[in-house]
Formats: sequence, C-alpha cells, structure tokens
Amino acid sequence: MIRVQNLTKRYARATAVDQISFAVEKGQIVGFLGPNGAGKTTTMRMLTCFLPPSAGTATIAGFDVLEQPFEVKKRIGYLPESPPIYPEMETVEYLRFVGRLKGLSGAMLEERINYVCDRCFVADVKTKLLGKLSKGYRQRVGLAQAIIHNPDVLILDEPTAGLDPKQINETRDLIKSLAGDHTIILSTHILPEVEQTCEQVVIINKGKLVATDSVRNLQERARGAETILIEVAPRASAPDASLTLQIQQRLERIPGVSRVVCREPSGPDMVFEAESQHGQLIRGDLARAVVESGWDLNELRPASMSLEEIFLQLTGSETHSEPDKTPAPQRIPASEPNA
Amino acid sequence: MRNTWTICRKELRSYFVSPVAYLLLAMFSLIFGFFFWNALGYFVIEGIEMQMRGQAIPMNINEQIIRPLLSNASVLGLFFIPMITMRLFAEEKRTGTIELLTTSPVRDLEIVLGKWSAALILYACLLLFTALNFSFLFLYGNPDWKPLAVGYLGLLLQAGGLLAIGTFISTLTKNQIIAGAATFGVCLLLWVLEWVSGYESATWATVLAYLSVITHFDSFGRGVIEIKDTVFYFTLIFLGLFFTSRSMESLRWRS
Repeated sequence: MIRVQNLTKRYARATAVDQISFAVEKGQIVGFLGPNGAGKTTTMRMLTCFLPPSAGTATIAGFDVLEQPFEVKKRIGYLPESPPIYPEMETVEYLRFVGRLKGLSGAMLEERINYVCDRCFVADVKTKLLGKLSKGYRQRVGLAQAIIHNPDVLILDEPTAGLDPKQINETRDLIKSLAGDHTIILSTHILPEVEQTCEQVVIINKGKLVATDSVRNLQERARGAETILIEVAPRASAPDASLTLQIQQRLERIPGVSRVVCREPSGPDMVFEAESQHGQLIRGDLARAVVESGWDLNELRPASMSLEEIFLQLTGSETHSEPDKTPAPQRIPASEPNA
Repeated sequence: MRNTWTICRKELRSYFVSPVAYLLLAMFSLIFGFFFWNALGYFVIEGIEMQMRGQAIPMNINEQIIRPLLSNASVLGLFFIPMITMRLFAEEKRTGTIELLTTSPVRDLEIVLGKWSAALILYACLLLFTALNFSFLFLYGNPDWKPLAVGYLGLLLQAGGLLAIGTFISTLTKNQIIAGAATFGVCLLLWVLEWVSGYESATWATVLAYLSVITHFDSFGRGVIEIKDTVFYFTLIFLGLFFTSRSMESLRWRS
C-alpha cells in the first residue's frame, strides 16, 4: 500500500530525512518511532504531499507523491501534530467543510459525518464550537476529519500527544479499531504505544532508518534475557559496603544468573539488578537465596525491559558506542551482547 | 469551482461569526455616513446661497455629492482592505490548518480564488452600507443611477486588485499584523504615487502616476467605463492572484 524508497529531504543546512526505505502492506498499523526531531513529521509530510522530497520516491496505493499528488491526496487521511481545526466552527460544520474538500456531497456526506461522529465518539459535541473543546475532543475531531472520506491510508502524527492517560487509551483503541479498513502509519516517541497498537515498527533517528521489524519479533528478542530488580534489607546490622559485596556475591553464585549490579542505595534497602542468562528463569532462586541467607526480601520484580532498551541502544549514541555508520535497513540484532 | 465555493463559504463564515465583519461594517458605515452628512450639508448651504444671490446655475447631485463621495469611498477602502485580507493565509499558517487545505484534493488556485472572492464579497457588503446613504438621494431627489452604478463597479474592481495584493502578502508571513501592515503600506503607496504628476511631467513620473490605483478610478467616478482603466484593474487582480498561487506553491518548497 505504501512504498518508500530512499526518501530524502534536505534543507539548506541540514538533512532532515536521509534515504529512508520501508513498505507497508494493506490493513497494517505501522508505528513510526523516533526521538523528537528524528524526522518523523518531515517523512509524514512528504507522504501527504505537503512537502516534496529532495530525492527518492514514495508511492501510496501505486501513485507517486510527486507525479500524481492529486490522486494521492484523495486516498489519504492526515492528522497533523496539532489537529487542523478552525476554532470558530462547530464540529459538524467543520466535518462538513472537510468532507466537501475531500469530494463528498449530499446524502453521502451527511451519512459519513454521522458515521465518523459515532466512530470517534464526538457525537455529543456535534454542535459545540471547536475552540471550546478540550484537547482530547479536538484530537478526536481531528481523527474524525482524517477518516471522513474513508481513505485507504491514514497518516497520524503523534495522535496521542498531550492527552491524559484515559484519553490515550481511548484513542489507541480507536486507532486499533480502524485498522483493517485502513492502512495506518502513526508516529510517536512513546514506546508502549507502539507495543500496544502497532504490528510493525519503523525506528528512525536523526533522519536515518535504524530498524524495521514486527513488534512481536522485537518483544520476543527482548524477552530472551530477563532483568530482575531485588530489594534486600539486612535484618540486624546497617547496610555497609562489605555486606553489599557479600549479597552481590551470593546472588552471583545462583545458576542462570549472568550478572549482578548494585544500584545506588536509597534508604536502608539495597537494590540489586540481576540479569538472567538467555532463556533462564531465576526469580525463584533469587528469592530463596536471599531469605535463606537471613536477609529480608522487600521487593522482587522484573525490571521494565523491552523495546525501550533496544530503542535506546539503537538511537542513543551515548549508550552504544557504535560509530555513526548505521547501514540502511537492518534487522534488529537477535540478542544484545550485554543483555 | 465547487471547492472554490466551499472555501469561499468557510471564509465568509469565519468573517461573520467573529466580530471582524461587524466591526469593519460599523466603522466603514460610520465614517462614510459622516462623509455623506458633510457632503449633503455643503450641498444644501450652497443651494441656499445661490438662491439668495439669485443665481440660477443648475445644481447636480451626481456631480456635487455622488462623485466626490465615491472617490472618498475608494480612499476609505484603502484603509479597510488590509484588515480584510491580513488573516486569509497568515492565520492558517500560524494555526497549521494550511496543512489540511494543502493535503486535500484541492488545487492551489481554487483555494486562492475561494479566499479572494470571500474577501471581495465582504468588501461588497461594506459598499452595500454606503448604498443606504445614497438611497436617501433617490428618495428626495432625482440623481442619475447609471454613473452611480459605474462608480460601484469601479470601486469593486479597484478593491479586487488591492485585495488580491493583500491576499498575496498574507501568504508571505505567519503573522497577521505584519501582513496587515505591509498591505497597508502597499495600498497607501499605490494611492500616493499619483502625486508626482502634480509637479513632474517626465516619463518616469507619468509611469508612476499610471501605477496609482486612484488615477484609474477617476473615469469610473465620472460614470464612464474606460477600457484602459478596466484593463488596469483586471491586470492588478490577475497579477495579485497569480503571485498568490505561486507563493502558495512555494510554501512547500520553502517550509
């Protein structure tokens, strides 16, 4: 449905997007992931024909964004970073205006307006001024606007930015429910969002494509090794360096544990991070070891580990000293050396 | 064409749901009403004086009231046009709604024409209020309606040209105040260019004076449709709109 090949956008002083290539099949939801300023919005703007690419091609439903922008525009629904609403318009009026711009008219238009109002949960604010709506409602009106002409492709730029947690969940569910009918690209810098909503993920950083893979693959790879946080308190004595070392050594002796790191102590408890070897379950052994040695086990939980670390390794130069030669599309390495 | 009308309607709506249109209408009709009252006052005094002196020079409402008032209205328009056009594109650029317009299957020219025609319709509404004043002349006198109609045509053509320039300037910036101020400057300059003809008769002065929008209004004020003046105004409209759509296209390359 969407084919992007060596797409590049150069400005006078900087290259915002550098030779990005990826493809999206019909009905998929793709998460476009990257830190702020990575070039997500620029890429989306090129896909929507708002900006012309400096080099490379992008086709949507077989139409090139440079050669046949009119055909492309008919087939996309676009929600920019801030919803493009006119504050002096009422919801229905605004949707009618957008619908007409997209080529709808008459009974068909009214039918679509009712449909998207129900679908995006804005039916209760139909006659309210857009300027008076809350951020969450504006965002939903923005979504309603994007799907009014039933486009093949939906391009959503940070659809959950600035919403409260409840609204974020509602919006994600809404987006998920739209997949199937529409092919969706959504950009975000929030990782769990990708894990929850998308099937496929495209990670970019500083304008370059870092990785593209399915979310499930990424998660499986991340789950191979487990990191456990353990909070231990000594029963009698106050914690000191020798005790810390003692506990650390005790934990390291457990089979299946590859590494134990002591974290900054805060308060009377000592916090350790234990990493398991690939595919090993170590939680039970850790708990037993602590208790049997006569210490108190105050907390034991898996450290939130997943896409987040992979993401940081891929995008952050400070965590990973790999030189800046990232080859174009690359699969995510199966297991990171230090994981 | 359909898209043009959609955009035009949307623009008119935003003029008329906000206080903008009403403020402009109120100020324009207040100031023009004052002009009318004065013109009428002079006319009446002059009439009485002539009667007292026993002179019998025929008085002409068209020449003595309508014609000067029409050129007053054309000058007044110069001040109001920036206020009409400044928001057209600058606002959309600032709020980001321009992205909606340019990613919809609508041609740039349709957007430009829609916005410009909405501005022209608002200006025509302002003129409608001046017609209210003139209607009193028809109620109590018998002026000729044809020169008045031609005068209105001239006002609309002149405004069309200046509105096109204002629309163009509005595409250049995100800031409405800058758009308004620049349009006002250009309008004022196009008005005063004609002054050079007062003391200089070299070719350059003739050219400058020719560029002035005011010189071309004279014929319309007299009730005469001159081809060269009509062509001048149409050229102005065409150039203004042409540059606007070029500038819209370049928004993508520049941004």
